[in-house]
Amino acid sequence: MTSAGPQADPSVPDLSVLDPERFSAHRVMGTETEYGVIAPSIPDANATILSSQVVNAYAATLREGLGNLAGTRWDYTDEAPLADARGWHQARHAADPSQLTDSPPILSAEQIAILDSGLDDSGPLDSAVLMNLVLNNGARLYVDHAHPEYSSPEVTNPLDAVLWDRAGDAVALTAMRRIAATPGFAPVHLYKNNTDNKSVSYGSHENYLVPRRVPFNHLAAVLIPFFVSRQTLCGSGRVGIGAFNQAPGFQLSQRADFFENEIGLETTVRRPIINTRDEPHAVAEKYRRLHVIIGDANLSETSNYLKLGTTSLVLSLIDLDRAPVPEIQDPVRELQAISHDPTLKHRIRLVDGRLVTALDLQEMYLDACRGESGRQGGTDPQSSDLLERWGMLIDTLRRDPFEAAHQLDWVAKLKVLEAYRSRDGLSWDDPRLALVDLQYSDLRPERSIYHRLSARGQMVRLVTDEQVTAAVSHPPEDTRAYFRGRCISSFPREVVGASWDSIIFELASQRRLQRIQTREPLRGTAALTGELFATSADAEEFVARLLSRPQSGMAP
Amino acid sequence: MATQDRKNTGSRPEEQDEQQGNPVPDSGGTPEGGAPTAQTQGVDDLLDEIDGVLESNAEEFVRGFVQKGGQ
Repeated sequence: MTSAGPQADPSVPDLSVLDPERFSAHRVMGTETEYGVIAPSIPDANATILSSQVVNAYAATLREGLGNLAGTRWDYTDEAPLADARGWHQARHAADPSQLTDSPPILSAEQIAILDSGLDDSGPLDSAVLMNLVLNNGARLYVDHAHPEYSSPEVTNPLDAVLWDRAGDAVALTAMRRIAATPGFAPVHLYKNNTDNKSVSYGSHENYLVPRRVPFNHLAAVLIPFFVSRQTLCGSGRVGIGAFNQAPGFQLSQRADFFENEIGLETTVRRPIINTRDEPHAVAEKYRRLHVIIGDANLSETSNYLKLGTTSLVLSLIDLDRAPVPEIQDPVRELQAISHDPTLKHRIRLVDGRLVTALDLQEMYLDACRGESGRQGGTDPQSSDLLERWGMLIDTLRRDPFEAAHQLDWVAKLKVLEAYRSRDGLSWDDPRLALVDLQYSDLRPERSIYHRLSARGQMVRLVTDEQVTAAVSHPPEDTRAYFRGRCISSFPREVVGASWDSIIFELASQRRLQRIQTREPLRGTAALTGELFATSADAEEFVARLLSRPQSGMAP
Repeated sequence: MATQDRKNTGSRPEEQDEQQGNPVPDSGGTPEGGAPTAQTQGVDDLLDEIDGVLESNAEEFVRGFVQKGGQ
């Protein structure tokens, strides 16, 4: 290899900000969003079909604009949804069918017939029904149960996570526009929310890479009080109380009423505050992927940034064994009690007998973070920025929550709702308030109340529209998502499958498929592979050069 | 989307010439407490705008928003 990145030894990335000994919000992370989906003109439309329309509409847009469409087969080799972080596997027959995410979904012949026309102009030969796409930006867009899901590419810091999460919303919007413009297709609406307010919830998950050496029980003990209280900052607000919307009112969180357990493997039933799925999508001996299922889908960039940023900071405290453990007497009940009290005055009983508010709990974690930052002589700029915003928001929420309306989703939503109540004398069970709640999360800017607020300059933005547009088609440069995204965009014909852990090439010169592993999330970066992409004439040369390296079959 | 030949201009938000991988949000500046003044007039205006955005027949629309379970 004659190539050289900025470092002396290109096989060793500069990971100083990702050093677990340094207190920082930087770590490998990503988001997953399941969008709510309806076709209002077809009340009984099949949700799986609508979801695959979204995937296929986006595929058609890619074909038309860029002519490349690759990685449509997901490689399920490394999926392990029944592996439990507590050290065992759940038996397959004992699992809820919706937990079996390690095999492709299957559409009936009838469903395929409905889909197999119209969305794509490129002719019948090209228009096989797709349930899965890997995008040029390294993300995955696919049908997950009855929802379209965007799983962001891996990034190394909370602000990038906000950016590539927002890119997913742009992808969803593009797909909606395509469907709406296709003759014969009923318009499909997508919502970035987490409940239909009847009985159903769907997730927006966060993923964080943590060192395997951290004991899982300690991780859970620290995170339960943190997750129970963080909804004060990153809840998205909901009109209606209870999993069945059985009482009128407003609460902080979309998700809180749907959680029943403290710890568990399930994500679709008996939902736990701490999910134990142990599916690292990385070198399993070194890493754990903490799969967080308790968050709300955020429209506000500040809420999303704080959600990802403060969680990553607390994980850093755990790495350093400096985290507080303010054990709560009854976490599930308190999760809901906090959510149901927008005055933020509710007192939580701790095991040691103290009574504290959710903001008090958040401040305990903030103080521990500030302490560790001080002990280390400061931290990096993004982590400092997070600490500052976190502290100021806690102060603001204590003083008057409405002063945070330009930063936090639940406050922005509540402010609009209260304005309606005051102008029109509406009670909490008025359907117009439920509609405001729903349309806050509509992804079409002309119908979205979040976007109306944002267009008026009433929501703080952390990323620009130009950055979002670029992030739709470009991967982050500092993780393996770069390798994945560049393979998809550079070799659309030859890349026949992909996953978080691999890229699969089909080459004319080879009888067997070539599987390139990407199990190190911090390899495959622009620094390590940019030149290989730039100087390989075609996929044959690219793969041949990869395979001629000492660790052949793995991304550099 | 005609962005195929665009380079990675946006993949790193607001590079501030710090250590690589250390972006800080620029917009919004320092987080402030918000300015509740001069908002009452804006509220009426905002509600008028939202009135025009809301789907017609709120009750029916909300009832029709039925989802299947997810994660």
